[in-house]
Amino acid sequence: MSILVDENSRVIIQGITGHQGMFHAKAMLGYGTKVVAGVTPGKAGETVHGVPVFDSVHGAVKSTDADTSMILVPAPFALDASFEAIDAGIGLIVIITERIPFHDAIRIMAYARQKGTTIIGPNCPGVISPDKCKVGIMPSGIFEQGTVGVVSRSGTLTYEIVNAITESGLGQSTCVGIGGDPIIGSNIVEVLKMFEEDEETESIVIVGEIGGTAEENAAEHIKGMRKSVYAYIAGRTAPPGKRMGHAGAIIARGKGTAESKIAALNEAGVDVAKHPAEIAELIKGG
Amino acid sequence: MKFHEYKAKELFGAYGIPVPRGVLATSGKDIEGLDYPVVVKAQVLIGGRKKAGGVKFADSPEEASRAVDEIIGMDIRGYEVRQVLVEEAAEISKEYYLGITIDREERAPLLMTSAEGGVEIESVPDDKILKRHIPPFSVLPPYVLRDASKFLGLAKEEGKAFSAIARAMFRLFEKEDAELVEINPLVLTSKGEFVAVDAKLMSDDSALYRHKEFQGMEQDLTPLEREAESKGIALIQLDGDIGVIANGAGLTMATLDMISLKGGKGGVFLDLGGTDDPEKVKEAFRLMKKAKPSVIFLNIFGGITRCDSVAQGVKEVLDEEGIDVAVVARIKGVHEDEAKQLLRDAGFVAVSSLERAAEETVRLRG
Repeated sequence: MSILVDENSRVIIQGITGHQGMFHAKAMLGYGTKVVAGVTPGKAGETVHGVPVFDSVHGAVKSTDADTSMILVPAPFALDASFEAIDAGIGLIVIITERIPFHDAIRIMAYARQKGTTIIGPNCPGVISPDKCKVGIMPSGIFEQGTVGVVSRSGTLTYEIVNAITESGLGQSTCVGIGGDPIIGSNIVEVLKMFEEDEETESIVIVGEIGGTAEENAAEHIKGMRKSVYAYIAGRTAPPGKRMGHAGAIIARGKGTAESKIAALNEAGVDVAKHPAEIAELIKGG
Repeated sequence: MKFHEYKAKELFGAYGIPVPRGVLATSGKDIEGLDYPVVVKAQVLIGGRKKAGGVKFADSPEEASRAVDEIIGMDIRGYEVRQVLVEEAAEISKEYYLGITIDREERAPLLMTSAEGGVEIESVPDDKILKRHIPPFSVLPPYVLRDASKFLGLAKEEGKAFSAIARAMFRLFEKEDAELVEINPLVLTSKGEFVAVDAKLMSDDSALYRHKEFQGMEQDLTPLEREAESKGIALIQLDGDIGVIANGAGLTMATLDMISLKGGKGGVFLDLGGTDDPEKVKEAFRLMKKAKPSVIFLNIFGGITRCDSVAQGVKEVLDEEGIDVAVVARIKGVHEDEAKQLLRDAGFVAVSSLERAAEETVRLRG
């Protein structure tokens, strides 16, 4: 078991004919992901690394029974691409694209909820269930199959922590990059619920950062969970009012500080690592 | 992107939100055609201008002109005042708060209003603020306006005027891709009319591509931050002295935290992003040098990014123009051994452990 993606996922890539699309299609195929189709309007009939390209998501789904989509189109086209995938009945959409306007993101999430579609992202590295399936842009080499579920608001910082987990001899069940934007499809609590029900996952790591109240809400939820949860929060030294690289990483009006998140998590019995590598020590010690 | 008050009020006016009559001035000679008393307000993109003396009242043209000249050139928390807004002062009967923002957790717009306007909304107790989410794909629903009018205790005609303002505000919020629209205070005058005495507007930087009219507007960035932005590099200047270059925003933040854990203080946050293009690395180092850090901490976790390619960029800057401060590199990932060797040969510290690199950085800041 794992969550969201596994060896049975049938994946399409929206934006497969772009530079990024081609690069990551190859990497995903190499990892063993069943990339069954690509979609780029106007490019039907082409192939990318042997993967057939369709004009529309509806067409791709009809011909290939795809159930998962990865969106890599530029931000101005992401609203349309997401609506199209939701309407075509795709169950899981992973939006990698960054800098999608907040107002577009709100509309994407509203339509997804109406149709029961799960969205991961935007502005995220994607989802990987090691040795089974990768729907994302993360470096495959650092992941290893195991029992730790990882949910993260960050990209490279996730790799740093995953690497420490792998080097300590533990592996991951699934690693979910939920994205660094203020408006995201699946929040920490929603992913925690999936991990709680996943048999393979024994413990869970949250990689959080300043901004919003997602970690505080997660802390509240963790109080009722059986599995052990560990966390690392980036931005202890970030000043208020500055967006720290991610659109969502901002301490605004006194809300979203690392202290508040760490205090809430500690109160819920979560061990919070002081630096990224310490996470692995905490899991092993716990 | 933050808007100056006068810019926000221009937009408010265009959407039919009543604002006081006023003129933008750069000197005391610029003000004409206003009824007195007036209020003279510094136009800066930072809060706390009233406390800093950037807001003055005046009863006559002479007084107003003097106030303008006093405020122009003033330094408000690091921002030089270059413009002031001179407005007819409203006769205040009551002050309200009205704002629309984005609720991250609910993934929906949120309207907030309170009868305790004129103070920071964060200091108003929760039970004195009415909050209502606005469904996406919708106009501002009438029930929200009924609830708000009742909560604020508005008379029938007042409620109508208030609702018109709230509806206009939501239209602006949607059409202009706002993150926050706020009127504080929304004043009810002694004549029973509403007027937006202050105006706060923040729009979404990611939506700038569809708002050409906002492009090139002044932002609250330092000159170096602005230069970095024009080159597509995320750079933020902070209070400390250590320059941090890392790949990825989360990792850059984590690196700053690690430095602080070891007793140092970050002065520059520079996110290289997912690139290993030596040209971009060179650009990053050039920008970093301009910030004059005591030491540069380069933290590269190479997954897809090739470490040796990044190191090559650093080496080229060193060879071509020199780097006059110590560089500590923490290198991990694809081709890390080659990268470390290259940097060591150039005379820099290069290690794999983030913790050790941070200790070394703090030691070398000297």
